[in-house]
Amino acid sequence: MMGRDLLGIEDLERADLERILETAERMQEVGRRDVKKVPTLRGRTLVNLFFESSTRTRTSFEIAGKRLSADVVNFSPSSSSLTKAESILDTAMTLDAMDPDAVIVRHKVAGVPKRIADALAAPVINAGDGAHEHPTQALLDCFTVKQEKGRFDGLTVTIIGDITHSRVARSNLYAFSKLGAEVRLAAPPTMLPAGVEALGAKAYTSLREALEGADVVMVLRIQQERLDGCFFPSIREYASTFGIDRRKLRFAKDDAIVMHPGPVNRGVEISHDLADQRPGVILDQVRNGVAVRMAVLYLFAGRSAKREG
Amino acid sequence: MADSPSLSRPEDRAHAREATAADGTRVALDDVAIRRALVRIAHEVVERNESIEDLYLVAIPNGGVPLARVIAAQVKEIAGVDLPVGILDTTLYRDDLAARGERPPLRKTEMPSAVDERVVVLVDDVVSTGRTIRAAMDALMDFGRPRGVQVVGLVDRGHRELPIKIDYVGKNIPTQREDRVILRGSSGDLEGELEVVVHEGASA
Repeated sequence: MMGRDLLGIEDLERADLERILETAERMQEVGRRDVKKVPTLRGRTLVNLFFESSTRTRTSFEIAGKRLSADVVNFSPSSSSLTKAESILDTAMTLDAMDPDAVIVRHKVAGVPKRIADALAAPVINAGDGAHEHPTQALLDCFTVKQEKGRFDGLTVTIIGDITHSRVARSNLYAFSKLGAEVRLAAPPTMLPAGVEALGAKAYTSLREALEGADVVMVLRIQQERLDGCFFPSIREYASTFGIDRRKLRFAKDDAIVMHPGPVNRGVEISHDLADQRPGVILDQVRNGVAVRMAVLYLFAGRSAKREG
Repeated sequence: MADSPSLSRPEDRAHAREATAADGTRVALDDVAIRRALVRIAHEVVERNESIEDLYLVAIPNGGVPLARVIAAQVKEIAGVDLPVGILDTTLYRDDLAARGERPPLRKTEMPSAVDERVVVLVDDVVSTGRTIRAAMDALMDFGRPRGVQVVGLVDRGHRELPIKIDYVGKNIPTQREDRVILRGSSGDLEGELEVVVHEGASA
């Protein structure tokens, strides 16, 4: 059974994931109506507490909340008293005193949403914390794969990029493994953490081997701030060895889909033509993000259940 | 018990008690009776509506779905008109979501035709408080502006809490508030032969 907060995919059972995905399917139908709004969370208040800026994720949560008729308040450090050195917990507890029905937290440090959840009465939804987890991204990725492939059992999902620093990779590894897919992680050795096999994934430093027979090719964004770091010599080298283009995609299955959490660095981790394919799975991911977040808000926000213990 | 048995007609209750099985459940309507009721309702729907072509059967899942299909087939037989059949889940419009700790599962909504200018006939299996019908009407208005809305209830078990009228009733079944009345199929959820059973005193 799902807990009060959504902090990571690691905490969820397969049945929980399936329930969220099924709920998202229903929410997708709401998004196709003329009136894309249902009264489910009317009178409820959701707070987007984003310590790290992310217009896409924040907007997606905001639209999802509004489609459920919730009032959505955006709170981000630039416009807040955080500049006055108010601590993270103080900020969160101040917001909590205004009785929100859920707080959606994004922070660049892993574990902050958990700390906040422990202190607040409101349920907390993790919208990405450091290199830890980004559960709603993984859920929307799973939803997209389910829509494209119709199943998870027997599928091979190859995740390519800076695995070490990627919360998207970690959440997706948990999610796809729990749903019955085989997960492969492909990266240069400096970006491939030790011990991923213990989590049920196969690690590859050869892109070609990792792509062999893949049904889903998930390309991670190369973070700009790491480009000049010590993790790999140059963008051009990364692009030529691990960047995905049509030629390399031939190693995967003929009907393989290419996914990317966005925003895309064209010509770095993915070629221009693959990034701009229309109709493209990458924009479907964005579209599906709203339905998946509606499902998450329906299941986690504004329930009357009190915190346990 | 806030609800007094004397509120229901004594002759109905006496009859009901006779058929009650040892486990506290009784079959209120069997497959034959259900189909007979639906045939009659289909006739009434055709009789009461001038332009049958404008009708739109909208089922409330899960129980309303097989019932709406039977009614649609009957209307085709009687009047030669193929009515569209939609499915409208009311869960997101419920008025008791805030009070519940656990979120109920959502059912599929499929509205193949626009509701504007059509007379929508909502089809539900068991009508009681009227709250589901209220939710269905709110949901319907989000899909457009129907010219009219009518309601089919295979079973009306009473205990209305809202001013909701059922236009076509299969059978009135007086019940205690704490009884549970369900439509079920002989094989699978709503597959095979249908029957309406009453669980007496069962808490849902």
